[in-house]
Amino acid sequence: MYKKGLYRILTNEPLTATVWRMTLAGDTQWIAAPGQFVNIALEGKYLRRPISICDFDERSITLIYKVVGGGTAQMSRMQAGEELDLLTGLGNGFSTRNDARRPLLVGGGVGVPPLYNLAKKLLAEGKPVQVVLGFNTASEVFYEEEFRALGCEVTVATADGSRGVEGFVTTVLAEQEPDFDYFYACGPLPMLHALYNATERDGQLSFEERMGCGFGACMGCSCKTKYGNKRICKEGPVLEKGEIIW
Amino acid sequence: MVDTSVELCGLRLDNPVVPASGTFGYGNEFREFYDINVLGSFSFKGTTREPRFGNPTPRIAECEAGMINAVGLQNPGIDAVIREELPRLKTFFRKPVIANISGFSVEEYAYCCERIDKQEQVGLIEVNVSCPNVRHGGMSFGTCPDAAAEVTRAVKAVTTKPVFIKLSPNVTDIVSIARACEEAGADGICLINTLLGMRIDVARRRPVIANTMGGFSGAAVFPVALRMVYQVAKACRIPVMGCGGVTTARDVIEMMMAGATAVQVGAANLVNPYASKEIVEALPGEMERLGIEKLSDIIGIV
Repeated sequence: MYKKGLYRILTNEPLTATVWRMTLAGDTQWIAAPGQFVNIALEGKYLRRPISICDFDERSITLIYKVVGGGTAQMSRMQAGEELDLLTGLGNGFSTRNDARRPLLVGGGVGVPPLYNLAKKLLAEGKPVQVVLGFNTASEVFYEEEFRALGCEVTVATADGSRGVEGFVTTVLAEQEPDFDYFYACGPLPMLHALYNATERDGQLSFEERMGCGFGACMGCSCKTKYGNKRICKEGPVLEKGEIIW
Repeated sequence: MVDTSVELCGLRLDNPVVPASGTFGYGNEFREFYDINVLGSFSFKGTTREPRFGNPTPRIAECEAGMINAVGLQNPGIDAVIREELPRLKTFFRKPVIANISGFSVEEYAYCCERIDKQEQVGLIEVNVSCPNVRHGGMSFGTCPDAAAEVTRAVKAVTTKPVFIKLSPNVTDIVSIARACEEAGADGICLINTLLGMRIDVARRRPVIANTMGGFSGAAVFPVALRMVYQVAKACRIPVMGCGGVTTARDVIEMMMAGATAVQVGAANLVNPYASKEIVEALPGEMERLGIEKLSDIIGIV
């Protein structure tokens, strides 16, 4: 189920030069799983902006977003106390109902945020959580310490080697051979594809697509899977590794 | 107490508000937001003989006061619609539904309409000869009076349900096409489908949409739609369903004054899932403010 509602901005602050964190107060009862997203109406913009949920509790939602265009720039200028119209509880998030005992979380860039609440959930289920985070360069790294503070084992990779392992998330897999039996991933398509090819393990991957509505009505974000056509906004954004067609 | 009901070819609608095809699926996505029985009816997703995946993604581009889509008639095919979607719809929608039928040949239109003719809940068939996002079919039937008339005749021959032809605005003379449909036996005209449009991602130097072009809809197209509804309503005796950019109850009233008997709401449903419900709820108040007692009195009043 999902719902439209008004949410009051509590905080809105930059984490890096282009990535911001916004916390909002409001009804979160429709958020059912990590990896779901909200769809945000912005003044003067026709379509809503889909943003993954980084974290949530009974009364608040944390979003981490990258300023990539006019809409997200507008969000970055909003102040605490202002209100936003959100659709919440959208999408099929990550499921932790599986036999995995040693999950690996792999995030790239603004694909990192939805893994945060997932990490919390996995830790609460008593599973040790390893996290590999990939960024372009040191100045773009965010949430490394936040994951560590949760109790995750964190490895950072940067493409230019300015922080952590030099290379990609797949470099970490190849060089450090982390011991995991299942993975959860969110990041740019090339990263997801490379990861898919780099491991024999099963897992779940969260995809991105341009959306019209965000709730399954417009068929704007469809993809083909081994089990038929799916909508990234509705049956996705999280798909099982075994159903993906590249 | 104002009267919002209208009659469309013998079909009584509690109100003229009808979510447009392609923005409302088969009703299922919206029942999670509200009881869709508040609507006059709705037009289900354009359905073809075979299941279709549609076009590659990205299929959506944002515009000023609107959007472009190039979905390309993704649908599960007429068999699955009859076998799965309509039985499910019956469990939560008590009213007649409008069946939007699309195709790539005259035979396909006739085949699908003959199949849908036997479906009890279908109150009216809307024949989509105006999809801008498919080759060899769709819009090519709706941009030529003779082809539109041929589809109309073929469909009318296989169904006793009222047949509306949904027309494309991407033509030089909308009136000649509407008249050709009327003369071929159409029971009504629905217009407009989307306007062919395009956006370019200037940083990447390529079209935003994988299919290059797509159909432009949303609030921005309302004046164009209104003008075409006006022209066709003046030129034809059969009823017109107005569609294009409708966002508010006032837009509904304006469209009816231009000649529409019922009014479809399209892209607005996608940005506000409650749009159609909110329009239905706002109608009586708007009518009172404008001194309208019976909504059907204002049809074509201008």
